[in-house]
Amino acid sequence: MVAAVLVSLLMMVLDHRENHLKTVRSALSVIVAPLHQIASLPATSGEWLSTNFSSHQHLLDESQALREQNLKLRGQQQKLEALEAENMRLRDLLDSSLKIGDQVLIAELIAIDLDPYKQQVVISRGSNSGVFEGQAVLDADAVLGQVVHVDPFSATVLMITDPSHALPVEVNRNGLRTIAMGTGRINELELPHLPNNADIQIGDLLVTSGLGGHFPPGYPVAKVTQVINSPGQPFARILAKPSANLERAHEVLLVRALAAPMQEPTVPPVENSAP
Amino acid sequence: MTITPHRGGLIIIASFILALVLTILPLPEWARPFRPAWHSLVLIYWCLATPQRVGVGIGWFLGLTIDVMTNTLLGQHAMELAITAFIAVKLHRRMRLFPLWQQALGIFLLLVLEETLSLIVMGAIHRPTPTLSYWAPPLIGMLLWPWIFIILRDLRQRFKVN
Repeated sequence: MVAAVLVSLLMMVLDHRENHLKTVRSALSVIVAPLHQIASLPATSGEWLSTNFSSHQHLLDESQALREQNLKLRGQQQKLEALEAENMRLRDLLDSSLKIGDQVLIAELIAIDLDPYKQQVVISRGSNSGVFEGQAVLDADAVLGQVVHVDPFSATVLMITDPSHALPVEVNRNGLRTIAMGTGRINELELPHLPNNADIQIGDLLVTSGLGGHFPPGYPVAKVTQVINSPGQPFARILAKPSANLERAHEVLLVRALAAPMQEPTVPPVENSAP
Repeated sequence: MTITPHRGGLIIIASFILALVLTILPLPEWARPFRPAWHSLVLIYWCLATPQRVGVGIGWFLGLTIDVMTNTLLGQHAMELAITAFIAVKLHRRMRLFPLWQQALGIFLLLVLEETLSLIVMGAIHRPTPTLSYWAPPLIGMLLWPWIFIILRDLRQRFKVN
């Protein structure tokens, strides 16, 4: 038993300090992958049943709704393209560069629960599909998290609400830059280190600032829900609610900022998208 | 004394696999902190029932599998389950004689020890201290123990695992 405990302690230290045991983890994940599959079976089969046994009328309605939504989105896209081009022209005049146009990869969540004291999920794409560590993960609405561990056919995503996660953001209204820290609660982010007189209000949208290089800039993250100014404290206490459906997401987007922007930048890009 | 060959290894493996699946089966968000430690309960049962077969080594490997499966620090569950298995094997003669409710109390202490070890590890790597519901799984595990014991005992007798 002493040997087992000593080996475990050694492994913990190595894993925590240096991340040396990636190969061990990947090797063992081969055993674990079928278990993941079995555990997600009830959820997957439920979904399969509901799609296969839904009525004809229901499917027609859904298809109609999706077609309408598609039309609407394509309309918006037309406008967006014009705006994008205009934006690039203006930025060219200002001699600054911005990368527009990111590549995305769609992945499904595997329906399993991990450690309840870590906010993480497993997705069904791995290094075989080009997923890499540190890649930004979005859902349909906002930023969800980033990839922390990659296996050949699956990857683990750390959500932005995990207490060990911090995300560089800016207030969309005025460009005030700050950091959004996870709190460990699934519907709450904290913005520490903002002075009491910072220009931030309830309802402000926070978007990724792109500083730090992991997340492409400009994606929505959260909405400010609470600003508490207490004169005795050096910093205001500011809480925000993530806009992504962290509890209910089924499909996620993996983003890779394109290395080559739509137009050749006049200045070499400051940040590198790949970590 | 004759040496009887081991039987029913498949039953033991199947019960471990079922416990592992239950450990990661998705639950609603509110129920997640209350998930009992299925893997520990099953491990303790086999340590008490067949200490000559299931012990520290298997406990350690089971823990390692859980560490990879739930992406916790590699070695955290391995250490906890190795210690749990060690104590269970050491005390198996005494524990077998206890009535079921008294056994459940012993199981509760083992599970609390496990959670405490987990807490120490979490503290050492600077994770935030969890809320009070962190201590619910040992309690639920204790309440579940009589049923798990009866189910696994029946299985063991039916398939003559020794």
